[in-house]
This record gives sequence, structure tokens and C-alpha cells, in this order.
Amino acid sequence: MGKKVKITINGQPVEIDKGTSILDAAKQIGVIIPTLCYHKDLCVAGNCRVCIVEIAGQKRLAPACATPCEEGMDVLTNTHKVRNSRKHIIELLLSEHNADCTSCYKNGNCELQLLASEFKIMNQDFIHLVPFRNYTIDDYSPSIIKDDSKCIRCQRCVRTCAELQSVNALTMAHKGEYAQVTTFFEKSMNDVICTNCGQCVNHCPTGALVEKNYIEEVWAAISDKSKYVVIQTAPAVRVGLGEELGFDPGTRVTGKMVAALKRLGFDAVMDTDFTADLTIMEEGSELLSRLRKALAENDRTIKLPMATSCSPGWIKFIEHLYPEFLDHLSTCKSPQQMFGALVKTYYAKARKLDPERIVSVSVMPCTAKKFEAARPEMHDSGYRDVDYVLTTRELAIMIKQAGIDFTRLEEMHFDRLMGESTGAGVIFGSTGGVMEAALRTAYELVTGREVPFDKLNITPVRGTEGIREARVKIEKPKKEWAFLDGVELKCAVAHGLVNAKYIMDKVKAGKADYHFVEFMACPGGCLGGGGQPIPTNPDIRQRRAIAIYAEDEGMTLRKSHENPEIIKIYNDFLGHPLSEVSHHLLHTKYTPRRL
Amino acid sequence: MSDNDIVKRADFIFKNENDWEEVLTKSLARTPNELINELISSELKGRGGAGFPTGLKWKLTSELKSDDKFVICNADEGEPGTFKDREILSRVPFKVLTAIALCGYVIGAKQGFIYLRGEYFFLQQELKKAISEFEFFCKEIKYDFKINIFMGSGAYICGEETALFESMEGKRGEPRNKPPYPTAYGYQGKPTVINNVETLAHTFTIFKYGAKRFYDLGVQFSRGTKLFSVSGDTPKPGIYELELGMSLSDFVDDFGDDDTKAVQVGGASGFLVPRKKFSATSIGYEGKLVGISLPTGGSMMLFNSSRSMFNVLDNYLNFFAEESCGQCTPCRVGCQQLLKGIKAVKRGEKPASYLDKLLSLAETMQYTAKCGLGQSVANSFTSIVENFREEMIY
Amino acid sequence: MKPIAELVKDLADRYGRQRCNLLPILQGVVEQEKYLSEYSMFEIARELDLPVTEVYGTATFYSFLECKKMGKYIIRVCKTITCSMKGERQILMAIQDMLKIKIGETTQDGKFTLLETNCLGFCHKAPAMLINNEVYTELTPEKIREILSSYLHDKIIGGEHVG
Repeated sequence: MGKKVKITINGQPVEIDKGTSILDAAKQIGVIIPTLCYHKDLCVAGNCRVCIVEIAGQKRLAPACATPCEEGMDVLTNTHKVRNSRKHIIELLLSEHNADCTSCYKNGNCELQLLASEFKIMNQDFIHLVPFRNYTIDDYSPSIIKDDSKCIRCQRCVRTCAELQSVNALTMAHKGEYAQVTTFFEKSMNDVICTNCGQCVNHCPTGALVEKNYIEEVWAAISDKSKYVVIQTAPAVRVGLGEELGFDPGTRVTGKMVAALKRLGFDAVMDTDFTADLTIMEEGSELLSRLRKALAENDRTIKLPMATSCSPGWIKFIEHLYPEFLDHLSTCKSPQQMFGALVKTYYAKARKLDPERIVSVSVMPCTAKKFEAARPEMHDSGYRDVDYVLTTRELAIMIKQAGIDFTRLEEMHFDRLMGESTGAGVIFGSTGGVMEAALRTAYELVTGREVPFDKLNITPVRGTEGIREARVKIEKPKKEWAFLDGVELKCAVAHGLVNAKYIMDKVKAGKADYHFVEFMACPGGCLGGGGQPIPTNPDIRQRRAIAIYAEDEGMTLRKSHENPEIIKIYNDFLGHPLSEVSHHLLHTKYTPRRL
Repeated sequence: MSDNDIVKRADFIFKNENDWEEVLTKSLARTPNELINELISSELKGRGGAGFPTGLKWKLTSELKSDDKFVICNADEGEPGTFKDREILSRVPFKVLTAIALCGYVIGAKQGFIYLRGEYFFLQQELKKAISEFEFFCKEIKYDFKINIFMGSGAYICGEETALFESMEGKRGEPRNKPPYPTAYGYQGKPTVINNVETLAHTFTIFKYGAKRFYDLGVQFSRGTKLFSVSGDTPKPGIYELELGMSLSDFVDDFGDDDTKAVQVGGASGFLVPRKKFSATSIGYEGKLVGISLPTGGSMMLFNSSRSMFNVLDNYLNFFAEESCGQCTPCRVGCQQLLKGIKAVKRGEKPASYLDKLLSLAETMQYTAKCGLGQSVANSFTSIVENFREEMIY
Repeated sequence: MKPIAELVKDLADRYGRQRCNLLPILQGVVEQEKYLSEYSMFEIARELDLPVTEVYGTATFYSFLECKKMGKYIIRVCKTITCSMKGERQILMAIQDMLKIKIGETTQDGKFTLLETNCLGFCHKAPAMLINNEVYTELTPEKIREILSSYLHDKIIGGEHVG
């Protein structure tokens, strides 16, 4: 609520808050100024110079994203000078860019390509600069491929990794013609502190940073008649996939997704939400066990707060930067990995399949899951528990390759045994979802009553602020939980690694007064994950969140412990939460890492 | 002054009468407003490159409310052909220190810095001694002011004011977006006056003698004197304090000879003037000839007939391609395109008409680059290519 | 010569541990070691609580903060226009002749590294060069031989000085 200023844009008067950028002011009246280095999630850079506009009376052009409106400004966004200059800028960018569009992974979704197309850059007379540099592709990481020959030095990835994630794997190095985006001493992404979260991939406008894709490997498995290919789908995929296939952001396409997967040729299409429910059972029990040891038995070795462990980006983050605090992590595997371990044991047994034949595939909104699946300890089934991880983007590519008209698919249901889920499972896809699901079960386990929130919607843990806190008072618990009577369960939720850092610094200083914290590496939680459709921005993530919670409310079962397939797996296979079988298949250890 | 002198010499800067203590004390007894008005009346403009009115800069910064303010002396002299600031700091450092302290008094800053380029490391010891003596005197007269030296590490771009702040803040010297300007948002985001060494030396002159003495020299819009660093094909290489407003032909008569083919006014980011345009060009902030604005730092490099203008341009473009911070597209890529472009035309790989595309690119760089470096490449590029086109091709 | 960890700690004690103290600390390490190794950057990052990538990105920006191993004496010959006009080529040839290294290389005994640099601010006394922090001007091939010999015998001739 500040002062207003009056300006004109292309002759049209506009009144906006003082300090608004020309770019934002123009948006308000439907004037689109093209940008490249600008991104809603990040601080303003003003270095690509694509958004330059003319201000009457000034000889030099001004960057719209970085120039605040001042009273009486006369802005012109489409003069000859502006168009000419902009064309030059795009030509310059193309000259330092390896434009092999037809063989590029980002073909069709590249912001530079779009600009070149809009401005009809037909004459590229400038000298091609790429051959003068010895660019090599860095593809050693299982998650991310970095191709410097396509980098336009917009620095979005650097800002993302620093501001949003506080990981700082990337920096600008050197200067002048040698200025480039790189890592510490130009090492591979695999050899520096990189959490594989893929936020850099989400924010990169070109094909300089992309995920490592396993599309051909999965096609090969599907075509191999001797293989039985099982796929699991993460909750966030069903609210993002539609964006790649003709739907608006935030459209729920669960049924169509299942139908498409069946048409692709997967032998079984099941749901990660099932193991999300399972995670709640195991992790909820683990939390209560820690609370019992810490509060009732005064066991000083028990570490609180307990931290969730389903986000592999978060796991690598804490392994690198806070390795002394690994004991705080829940020992539970992520739902993806629990699923993988079970599919080659429980499922194989029930379906009388030779586990050797099973190829376990997952589709995730995540790039770090590719690293997670390749972790050496993830072999508890006796085989590699998850063979291939596809991102939401890769799945969309496969659907298009198969010639499926996604919009016309009839909805179908997940297959049995590991395909049933509750609303508590689906909300894993949003920041705060794991916490909410855990509370719905733990509270009821302890008190015998439902959580005291309308329609089970625990709103204090929902929302977009980086860190949210909630306190749940336990009153009149069941006899065996008497030690919790009157205890206020202090919970926190953090999303985006910069917020994880904030909480971990508090833990380090002994000032983290929580019992349980949910950590998600990506802004928005998994729905904003590194494998989700590009572009990402706060508005798109908000819509995906609304979809997730709508999906939850629309389900009959809303609490993990009510899932009949969960009840069945405990009866038939696992016994009870934290049993020996559970420990073997569903729990894991972590690895302290230095650089 | 000798018989050979055609252009009038002056001797304010290097004349050392060892009276800095008096000048400082007397000036501190005046009000900040008086001192500001003195500078404004003198019409002193920045001697580092941008030519911003110094009095106005001090005034704007003094008017802002802030607990912390800073004075920074820009001694990152790196423009090719410029070597005057080094001489000022080694011969008359106390004038500069006095000016810094008086600026602090005027704007309300308690701390001053000298950003000294890394190549001038050898100046450090003597300069530190001078600062020590200076601070001791300030303490005696009960004026609380500290001056520190901040060393650069080999980056021409750090002479750009906002890049200099970034460097002092421990970061890459990448220029910032302007607005906001340093007077409001400078070092550590605080109001800062950043002045070139020579500019500060001139403020000493003005505070000592009064604005009129300074104003009476020079011409309209370009008052006072300026140090010129003369080098190249000249019988008189060195530093000269000259009145502004002289014609270039007078200058060449004095410092060059009949074989002088061209003069580079203002370093690599300045303009190349060919012989035929000498008499139509004057040196000042608003010259008579189109295109000649202020001489960036006063570098004057003379070229005789044996010099290839292609080699000269090639040298400049190499310089810019290397020293560019690399942040913005027009400069980072533009410099490379201009450099490789002229080489390609020379080798016959591109037709001569490609030079016109490059001229157009240089113009775009002028309008769109993020800072003065990228914006000024066009100055030398255009003036050399337009005036010596044949040398670019054959 | 102090071990690096100690050197970094001393520098941080002298200058401070904020981001704005990074450059003097980097300069201090280069003063002793002639370059910044991975290890020294780790130590600096740890001492200042900065991401090591940031330290690297900042250091590589500055030409005098070398990140590759350097010789004891780093020769930087100015290649900007006036020095180029006044005989930089001959100076380079004289150095290359004497030390048997090309630009960017270090002598076998680790004594000299040869680099080029941009305008040193001695254009009226071109050609000019730096050896570590000493400036040498009005160079000729003879003077080069004289100067480099003095370094070879560790009886260094001084260059341009204040006053």
C-alpha cells in the first residue's frame, strides 16, 4: 500500500505502485515484454538484456525487469530501435549457443528457441562461437546432464541453487569471453555437493541442464516379453502430467494417467500412494517409539526432532552438510524405495512371479529419485529395488511417442495389491502433506479419536510459507500412551532447501524445539519437483497444490491406517510396523558425505 | 612552460606547498553546504570517465539519511593509456586524503576507502605511511575519520563504480543495475560518494583557492584543468595538466608531429580521431564535433603513419573481450563478435560489407549493455572502422 | 612459510570473517602460495562459513588470483596497445629465449611463470612488465637479461618505486 505513480506504456496510461518494474506494469495492461534471465521465483538479474525497452528522452534502452517505474515515464516497448536491438541480442545468444535443436532434449520447450521463432531470426550472420571452446557434456550424475555448449549465462540455475536451495553447487566463474556457469574447479556435478533436486533443470530456459532420461531403457523393458514390468506413480505426477498433454496446470488426470500407462504396455500399474500410506504406518510408529523412549524412559540417546526421510534431495543435503545429525532422520525409506523392495518380494510372491523377471519402474516428479534408486544400499529385495526412474516429463514423452491421445482416454483404476491408497497418501505430493498424513494416523493411534480439524484438513501445516509450525495437544490418550497426556506435539514443515538449512542451523545450535519436522527439498514440495513439467512458478505450483488437496477430499478413505491393502500387507507379510521384516525391507541407513 | 608549448600548461595538481593541514582545518571550519556550493560553482566534473558534476554528487549523498555512509576514492586506474592517478597518489597523496576526509565531512561519512588496483601494489607502503600520518593529524584536530586501502586483484571492470562495490563486498566485480545509483545505494547498500583520484585532487585545489580560480580556466561546460596521460608515438610522453577545451590540432602540434596519423582520445573506450578531423575536434565534456564527449580519464595515445589501425582495433577488442565481466549478452558476446568479425573480414572470410553489420551491432551494444564498458566499445569501434575502413579490409 | 590452515586463520583474524573480507584473504594466500589450491579454498570457505563454490567463483574472476600452480616469480608482460607498439613482442621473445617457456608455462625448476597482462599504467615508459609486485619499465632485451639474471641469482633488482 504505497505511493502510486502514473506512466504511459505505448501511449496507454497506467497507474501502478511506486517501485513496480516496467515489466510488471506492462503485464497489467496486457503488454508482453519478452524475457530470458527473469524468473518469478528468483531475484532480478537484468543481464540477458532481452527485455530492453525504450524510455522517451533516454538514449540507452532500459531493462524492463530491472527498471522501476517513475512518475511520468513514457515507455515504448515496440519501436524500431527496440526490435532491432532485441533481434541483435537474440542473434548474439544464438551465436554462442549450440543450436542443434532437432537433436536437443528441450526441442519444443526451449525459451531461446521460442524467441528465435517469434522474432524470425532467419539470418544468423554472426560467427558461430561454440567451436572455439572445448565444451564437454557432463553426464556422470544419474540425475542431471549439464551441457555448457547450450548455456546462455542467464544465471537462473546459479540463483536457484543459491537462493532457493542454499546448496550453491553452481557459480559463475572466470570473466569476459570465458565467463561460464560451472561447479567448484569445474568438476562433474556428480563430484561436488549437489543434491540432485533438479531445481536447476526446472529453471533452465534451454537444454543446458536436463534430466538424465531412461526412456529407451524402459521401452526396451516393456518390449522384452520375458520381463514383467511394474510401474508405480507418485502422487504429484497426477496433478502435473496434464500440463504436458494439453491440460491447464492443476488438472487432476489420475484415471487417464493409469489408462495411458496400461496402453504403454506396463504389466502392472500400481500406486506409490500405497507405500506412502505404508510410510505413515512405519514412520508414525517410529515417531511414537522415539517419543516413548525420550519422554517416558528418559533415553538421552534418542534424537529429536525426528525428520522425515522421503525426499532424496533433502537426504543428500543433510548427508553433505549436516552429517553429524543423520540420527535425526527417520530410518524409513521413501515410498518409492519401499515400493521397490516390496514389488520384488511381497508382490512377486503373491503373483507367483520370479523376481528376476520383474523390472521395477517408477514415475516421479523428481530427479533426485534417480540417484536414490541407484544408491548401493537399495537392494534389500535381493535385486535392485527400483530399476528405472522416469520423471513426469519423460512419461509425457513416452505417451506422445506411443501416439496416445491423452485427452480422450477413459479413466482407469490402479491394479490390485499395491494400488489402493487413501487421501493421506496423495497429499504426500504437497509440502505439509507428509506431516498432515502422519498426524491423522498418529493422533488416532494415540487417542482413539480423529484429529480435531474440520474434515480432517489440518490447515496449519498447509500453505506456501517456507517454514510453517503446528502444535497439536494430546489430551486423554489411550492408557498405553499415558506419557503423552498433556504433551503439545510440536511440528514444523520446511520446503525448499534454504528453509531446510534454516531449521538445521537451529538444530545445530540446539534451538530446534520440535518433535517432528517434515523436510522437502523442492519449493512447494514434490508438486514443484525437479522432474515436473517446465515452466514452474508460484502460480502453477499453487494450482497443483489445490488439485492435490481436492484429490484427497474426494477420496473415501482419508487415513493411512484405514487402507485395506495396508491392513492386508501387515497381516500377510510384514506382521506389524517396525517388525523384523519391515526393518529389513522398509528401513535404511544413511551415508555421511564430504566433498 | 617552454617555447615549445602550444597548449597552456597549468600546475595545480602536482604543485605541493605542504599546506594540506591548513586546507583541511580551514575547510572543516566551514559548513558542509558552503563546501558543496563551492564545488557546484566550480562546475568540476568527474575526471574518471563519466563526467558527473562532483558538487551535485556530494550534495545528493549529503541529503540522504543513513547511519552509515562512505567515501570511496576510485584508484582502479586501468583505462589503456592512463597513468595519472598513480602519479597523483605517489607525489601528492595528502591532497587526496584531505579531499576524502572533507567529502566525509560534507556527506556525513566516518569512513573512507581507497580502492587501489592490484597492479599498483608497490604504492601501498608509502600510501599507508601517509594515511597513518593523516589519521594522526585528524585525531589531533578532533576529527574522527578513518581511511583504509582496499586492494584490487587484476580486473579492469572494477573501475566501474557498482562493480567496485561488489568487489569490495567480496564478490565478483559484476556491475549492478542502475537505478539505484551509488549516491543512494552504494557500498554495502549505503549512500556512497565514489570519486576518481584526480577529481578529489581537484576538489583540494578548489577548497584551497576557491571555485573561481578553477572556473576561470577551461571553457563553457568544461571548466578547469585536467591531467592528460600522453603516450605512443610522441616526443613528449608523460603527464601534463592542461586546460580543457583545447583543439586537438593544437594538442597534436604540441605533443605530436607531422607524422601523427590519429589520436585515441580517452583510451580504448574513447574515440579515435583521424588527422583530417583534428581541427574540428576539441577536448572537453561537450566537444564541438559530433561523437567526442568527455575524454575518459584523459588518456591520449598518438599513432604515426607506421601504425596499422587494424592492429589497434584488434588490440582494443581483445582487451574488452578479456576484461568484460561476462554478465550481459551484448558485451560478452558482442565483443567476441566484433573481434572475430574484423579478423574474418581482414582474412577475406567475410565480405567487406560485413563491417556494416558489425557497426550496427556496436550501436546495439551502446544502447543495451549493462554498464559503461559494453556501452563504450562502440566509441573506438565505430570511429576506427568509419575513418580507416580500408585498413580493415586490405 | 606457514601451513595453509594456519595462514588462513591468521588472515581471517586480521581482516575479519565476513564476506567483504574475502578478497584480502584470498590475496593473502596468493601472496604466500602464489596461487589458490582446492585445499586453500576449502579452508577459506570453512573459516568464513561460505560455500566453497562461491569462493571459487569469486577467485576466478580476478586475473591476479591464480587457481593453477604458479612459479615463484610470476612475470606479467603488458600487451595493451602502447606496450604492444613499443616492442612487447621483442620483450616476450627475449624472455622466452632465456627461460625456454611459452606464455602460460612455468620453468622446470618452478622459478618463473610467464603470463601476459593488460595495461599496467606505465604507457609513457613502455614496454612494461610486472614480476610479482615489482614493475619494470622501458624494457629492452638487454634489460630483460639483466633483470631475469638478478632473479635467477635471487639478488633482485628493484623496479619502479614511489617518488
